[in-house]
Formats: sequence, structure tokens, C-alpha cells
Amino acid sequence: MIQIKNLMKSFKDGESEIKVLKGIDFKAEAGEFIAIMGRSGAGKSTLLYQMSLLDHPTSGEIIIDGKDTVNMSSEERTSFRLTTLGYVFQDYALLPEMTALENVALPLLMQNISEKEAYEKAIEHLIKVGLEKRLNNLPGQLSGGEQQRVSIARAIAHEPKILFADEPTANLDNESSRKIMDIFKELHSEGQTIIMVTHEVEYSKFAGRTIHLDDGKIISVVNV
Amino acid sequence: MFSSLNFRIGLFLAIRQIKRSNPWTTILIVFVMFFTFLNLVVVSGILVGLIQGAVDAVRIHYTSDVIISNLKDKSYIENSSEIINLLKTIPGIESTTARYLDGVTLEANYKTKVKDDDKPNIAAASVVGIDPIAEDKVTNLSKFIVEGEYLSRGDYDQVLLGVYLDKKYLPIDSPGFTALNDVGPGKKIRLKVHGVEREVTIKGIVKAKVDELSMRVFMVDSQLRSIIGRNDYNVSEISIKLKPGTDPNFVRDILKKSGVDHVAKVQTYTDAQPKFIKDMIDTFALLGNLLSSFGLIVASITIFIVIFINAITRRKFIGILKGIGINEKAIEISYILQSFFYAFCGSVIGIIVLYVFLQPAIAAHPIDFPFSDGILVAPIGGTMLRIGLLMLTTLVAGFIPARMVVRKNTLDSILGRN
Repeated sequence: MIQIKNLMKSFKDGESEIKVLKGIDFKAEAGEFIAIMGRSGAGKSTLLYQMSLLDHPTSGEIIIDGKDTVNMSSEERTSFRLTTLGYVFQDYALLPEMTALENVALPLLMQNISEKEAYEKAIEHLIKVGLEKRLNNLPGQLSGGEQQRVSIARAIAHEPKILFADEPTANLDNESSRKIMDIFKELHSEGQTIIMVTHEVEYSKFAGRTIHLDDGKIISVVNV
Repeated sequence: MFSSLNFRIGLFLAIRQIKRSNPWTTILIVFVMFFTFLNLVVVSGILVGLIQGAVDAVRIHYTSDVIISNLKDKSYIENSSEIINLLKTIPGIESTTARYLDGVTLEANYKTKVKDDDKPNIAAASVVGIDPIAEDKVTNLSKFIVEGEYLSRGDYDQVLLGVYLDKKYLPIDSPGFTALNDVGPGKKIRLKVHGVEREVTIKGIVKAKVDELSMRVFMVDSQLRSIIGRNDYNVSEISIKLKPGTDPNFVRDILKKSGVDHVAKVQTYTDAQPKFIKDMIDTFALLGNLLSSFGLIVASITIFIVIFINAITRRKFIGILKGIGINEKAIEISYILQSFFYAFCGSVIGIIVLYVFLQPAIAAHPIDFPFSDGILVAPIGGTMLRIGLLMLTTLVAGFIPARMVVRKNTLDSILGRN
């Protein structure tokens, strides 16, 4: 499903260059649930950004579903994210002027699906995450946990091949975090490929494989 | 860029942004657009109206729609009676007035001269012989009486004096301007026309912003005719008022085909306009457009700043939109549509205010400029053109900042990195 070869990512800091990823080799098969862990600054989120095509690596290969994504144009990457990938942001990243339903329907509309069908699918996925009574609420009217569930619904509504999640429980209380992880567990049981960055050891146990990063390199891989 | 899908998504985004933005901010921006529209239309409209008001006044109160006047080498129109009879047969003519014109010297206070070599109180002018009723029907002359009364058909040895001949109204001491001291209704003055002297009483003072009214002396036509010996009843001018909807060119052409132009000059009110008036209208229109274009620049900068601030403060959400797969073009279109919305609303409100309130109000109560009653000239075609310009400028002003922000790196936008 996704293969990374010798992935490097550096940032320029004035005259000097900071290497964040120093040659990552990694492979995930379809249907896997992978957790990425490490201390702050290890490069976890950076790795996720490269894999989800939100950023460009300095060098290396990222092959998703057989496609070489590093050499794609900006427009191709946007389109690929729209159709093939799903992303759950740490801070929910909902559009404040749109209701929960509209936030979820928007990417579907971008795929040229009719408004009726887009809204039907959006409702279906919002029900799946337990928000059937909050369809017409704006993000400001939802709790953190509810907003994150809307974010998940948006990320899975178009049935992506891979779902990326960047510390999805970081801003949530325990109860809400538990609910989020239960949703991921259910999605995984339905065959969804999930790659999740987390600080929480407890939540990494939901994954079938945990990759530990430190100083930009994979230092261990633990299969559950 | 403008694929229907991108447009559809852009519209989806724009509607929701506008609906759920701060209503006061929206009202403020629409307000700016409304005033920009007014600036575009009203500034040049008033400048052109300044002259147009004067032009309209000359038409309404002097030449009327068509004017027949003497040829250069004659002081009268030959066969005037036949021409006046011909006018009665032409369809579309509502009323006519015929005028005798001649030069006159006026003298006042001649009875109170102490010594023979005292400077005489004299003025040179044109004297106009009119049928008061016919004249009033065509030009509303009676409404310009500011002192005294209007003439009646039977008034003998009575005149109306234009204000420019009364020093009280025109206190200019200059060789080019001769006016009489100490005159007014009831006062006697002496007229000298063709060597014939006549003592007359001032019945009224005429004050208008049309020089041909304010610089002349008016008396009953039969009396002037007898003074100047115009026993052939040939007049110097005939002003023709047409029924609404009648084309002045049509009437002019009929008169020319009837041979009237062999003995007189036949002109519509437009033909009779001096070239400098046309030049002034064009000049003021150009000036108005120049001033309006400054307003357009200000409006476009305003929209630029508004959209730029909007886009910059929403940079994170723009990044999120791109992150979840929304096409950059769709996002840019959403900002263009928002700009269009502000300009459109401002223009619609502007059109309503302009044509329902402003233009009728100024038409009913013209601006009192010293030399004209200023009106607001705002032809529909010109207004639509200005709206088009405003829309185009606004769209560009909205697109540029949107493009600047949308093009930024997606991840940097999401994370708030520079």
C-alpha cells in the first residue's frame, strides 16, 4: 500500500541545515494499523506530513498504491489527497463557517459527486461516528471530542486507501480520546489502513505495529 | 481555471463565508462599494450636470426645442407671418413665440441730473418685443420675475428689465458691463431705439441664469414694432416648443424642406449650442471620469486590503482546504465571488439610491450654482459601464491577494509557519 525508501527531510535555518528525517525506510500493507511514536522532535509528524503528501521530502521515494508521489505536481498531489488519502489533524481543522455536515460533504463535492449524494454519504459517516444529532451544528457549537469525530468522518467519507492521523487524541480528555480510538479500532476492523502518530503508549496498543523514531531514524519496530 | 466544478466549489465556499462572517464587516464593505459607485457616477454626473443644467435652461427658457432666427445679413426673418402660419400646420408643435429684437440704449435718473455734464446713468442692451402670453407659454418667463410683475398684452410703455442691467444685482464697474443705478419696479427709464426716444416704466425685474433673459429688456411686441417701424410684421426670432416625444430634428428638417432656411436660420436647440458649450461638456465629462477613476483606484485598494486580510487571517483554513484536497482554483474563485458579491450589492443599492432618490431630488431641487441650476446627469448606459468597471476592478482586486495567499505552501499555512 505505501512504501518509503531512504526518505530524507531537511529544513534551512539561516545558513545551516537541520536534518529532521535521516533516511527512513518503511512499508505498510493494506489493512494495517501502524502507530508512530517517539519523543518530541524525533520527526514523527514530519514523517506523517511526507507520507500524506502535505510536504515535499528533500530526497527519497514515497510510493502509495503503486504511484510515485514525490514527482507529482502540486495539483496532482492535491487531487491524490482528495481521492486516495484521508487526514485527521491534531486540532480537528474544521472550517468554522460550515456545519458538521458541510465540513464532511465538502471533499465529496470536490470529487464532482452530486450534492444529494454527497450529503447522503456525509450523513452516513457522521452517524457512523455517533453524531447523528449534531449534523447542523457549527464547529463552535461542538465539544473537542465531537469536532474530532467530525474530522474523522470527513477523512473517511470518500473511503480513502490510507487514513493518516496526527495525534488525534492530543487535545481531548480521556473519555473523548477513548471514543476516538474506538472509532479507529472499528475502522481498522473494516479493513481501513491507518497510520497514526501518538504520544500515548496506551493508544499505540490499538495498532498492529508500532514504529519508534528518534533523531530522524527508525530505531525499533514492535509488532503486536 | 474556471471549470464548472471549481466554480461550484468556489460558490459553495463563498456563500458560507459570507453567510457566517461578521454582518457588520459585510455591511461596512458593501457601504464602501456603495460610496465608490456613487463617487463613480455622481462626481462626473454633477460636473456634467453643471453645464447640462445651463444647457437645459437655455433650451427651456430661451431657444426652446427649435429656434428660427434671422440670417447674418438681415435683422429680421423675411415672410415671418407665412412661417408662423406654416408652424401651425406642422404636427408635434405645442406652442410658438415670436420676438422682435433690436439694440437699445437705456437711461435712468435723467430727471435728477444736476448738471448737464454729469455722467449719464446709461446702459446698452437688447430690447425684445414679445407677446407676453405666448412667450410665457413657451419659456415660462413669468417665473423669473423677482421684483414687480410680469407683462400683460395691454401694457403700454412698460418694460421688464433683466438683472444684469440693474447695478443693484450686478455691482460690477467695468467698461464691458453697463448697468443702471437706482432702478426698480415703478421707476421710469428712457429707451432710445433707432433714434426714437420713449419714456417707459419698469414693471418688473427678470432674474434668470440664462443670459438672454437677464441681459435684455422686454416689452409688448406691438409697441416695439411701432417704435422700430416693423410694419411688415417680420420678427427676429421664433422659438418653437414641441410636444413630448417629438423629434426636434424632424421638425427642423420639415422647415428646411419647406424652404424656411432660405430666409432664416433653422436650428434645433443642439444646433444652436455654441461650440464652446459642447467643448465644456466634453471637458467636464473627462474631468469627471478622471476624478472617478481615483475613486475606482481607492475602491480596488480597499477590496484588495479586505480580501488580503481575510485570506491572511484565514491562511490556516486555506491550508486545511488544500490539505483535504480542495483545488487551489476553487479557493481563489471563492474569494473572487466574495469580491463580486460586495461590489454587486454596493452597486444595486447605489442604483436604487441614484435613480429613485438622488437624481429625482436634484431634478426637483437643482443645485444652485451661480451660473446654472446644476442637475445630476446619469444616463443608464454610462452608469452600467461604470458598474462594469467597478465589478472588473473589484474582481481583480479580490483575485490578486487570494492568489498570493493560496499559493503559499500548504503545510506552512496549516502550521502557521512563515
